[in-house]
Amino acid sequence: MLRYALKRALSLTLSLIAASLVIFCVIEIIPGDPASYMLGLNAQEDTVAALRRELGLDASAPARYWGWVTGMLTGDFGTSYTYRTPVAELISARIWVSLPLALFALTLSTLIAFPAGLYAASKRASLGDTSVMGLTQLGIAIPNFWFAMLLVLAFAINLRWFSAGGFPGWDAGILAGLKALTLPAIALALPQASILTRVMRSSLLDTLDEDFIRTARAKGLSRRQALWKHALRNALIPVLTIIGLQFSFLLAGAIIIENVFFLPGLGRLAFQAITQRDLIVVESVVMILVFAVILVTFMVDLAYAWVDPRLRAGR
Amino acid sequence: MIPKTLIIGAALSAIFIAAAAISFIWTPFDHAQLAIPNKLKLPSVTHWFGTDHFGRDIFSMIMVGARTSIAVAVIAVGIGIVLGVPLGLTAASLRGSWLDEVIMRSNDLIFAFPSLVIAILITAVFGPSAVNAIIAIGIFNTPVFARITRGAALSLWSRDFLLAARVAGKGKARISVEHILPNILNLLIVQGTIQFSLGILAEAGLSYVGLGAQPPTPSWGRMLAESQTMISFAPHLAIFPGLAIVLTVLGLNLMGDGLRDLLDPRIRRQVT
Repeated sequence: MLRYALKRALSLTLSLIAASLVIFCVIEIIPGDPASYMLGLNAQEDTVAALRRELGLDASAPARYWGWVTGMLTGDFGTSYTYRTPVAELISARIWVSLPLALFALTLSTLIAFPAGLYAASKRASLGDTSVMGLTQLGIAIPNFWFAMLLVLAFAINLRWFSAGGFPGWDAGILAGLKALTLPAIALALPQASILTRVMRSSLLDTLDEDFIRTARAKGLSRRQALWKHALRNALIPVLTIIGLQFSFLLAGAIIIENVFFLPGLGRLAFQAITQRDLIVVESVVMILVFAVILVTFMVDLAYAWVDPRLRAGR
Repeated sequence: MIPKTLIIGAALSAIFIAAAAISFIWTPFDHAQLAIPNKLKLPSVTHWFGTDHFGRDIFSMIMVGARTSIAVAVIAVGIGIVLGVPLGLTAASLRGSWLDEVIMRSNDLIFAFPSLVIAILITAVFGPSAVNAIIAIGIFNTPVFARITRGAALSLWSRDFLLAARVAGKGKARISVEHILPNILNLLIVQGTIQFSLGILAEAGLSYVGLGAQPPTPSWGRMLAESQTMISFAPHLAIFPGLAIVLTVLGLNLMGDGLRDLLDPRIRRQVT
């Protein structure tokens, strides 16, 4: 197990190095001079030169890369050009919106998908199964930002149960914070729940075809008992993979939903930084998001190996 | 028997493809013509889906918008296939080699990037336009096709008829093109349909945040973005473009499912 974990950790480190190189190249090398890019077309030459010095752009590219990476390792992400505050502070403030939002949406999606998937699998090919599958098709087809707009129309504008956007901050109380995140979380959860329901159903159906389920049935267990006692646990592996993937997607993919609801999260920070040409913020936020995706994948891999020893031997 | 999902899906997709095609020669009104006195009209016999805040006919805008969505998604899927399939075939034919390893690890790397953030980054660095949206979506289609091609090709390489082809003296590249490609075509068609629908969603998302096709080219995502501030008094502005996206994506997904059932007998057996 330790050997496997070390092997995965090595590949995690390599992925992170590769990812940081890609981000660095895209942002710092391809579009030409970052300083003139940040200042726009009408910038004076000496302003550009001053910004170049301030950003440390007079150094060579490898030196700048090294400075960026070692800075991040010590928690120094540089200083934002537009906000004039350390990027680390910006990120740590935003993560307390994005992380709870992602967890909220993931919880909702799991709470919907588990019963729906179980129900559909246990009533295979019935009217109920067909209806659930039809609904999930619809859920996947609805763009989450459009669903968000409809939610605002129904629950904020017409019924006035929720506010149409904004975030009061956690200082206003946990309930107020959760209330502000409810509509965004529902909008994010809909497509995720649809996908998860389908994975849950098909994984259960696959497991129900296995020999050990036939044995269990032959032992005298009812279909329902076999489903609950034997199939469910075995069917969970693909479901967990998808949950892991969805978590990282929700963390990064909330960018449009955060824009619909004017939530001060990581996605909105990245989006604003991109439009304001604040490359230092962009670089660090993208790196953090990629880090989250790679870390979640790593943890899911370890969780599997722990649950299923066959996976440790493989690869 | 042709699966019902395929019929419904193909019909829905056909409606939107037809709408896009017809819009080149005819729309009920000029989609770009402003008519302020006519603004924010509810759906009626003259304006089937109503008019927007500039008095433009929403039905005509949706027809022309279908063009943008379909063009962006089709070309993005094309990029994914043109780059991804050869990469996947190469990786499979050189299984276990350093090249295979490099191709597959680069794939994993692209998957690790939050696609939307990178798409926004690309369009922001190179300027918002339909072309850059296509490139951004196309880049993320590439590893999908590379992976699925490699997986399917690997299972074929161990089959007897390929061994026969090798004995006959054909090289790996030639076998990949002449024997493997035709055998995985079904799989690619199904995946292509799914990526097509994802492309439509991605295009809508990008143009919603202002990074897709630029005015005056109509696009469903931007119509939604423009309607957002008016949703309380003119919800029809948001409802029709949204429905257009949902029905197109739904149609393509159902078609993909139906094609899979039709083309892959193994799954058909499981279903019945």
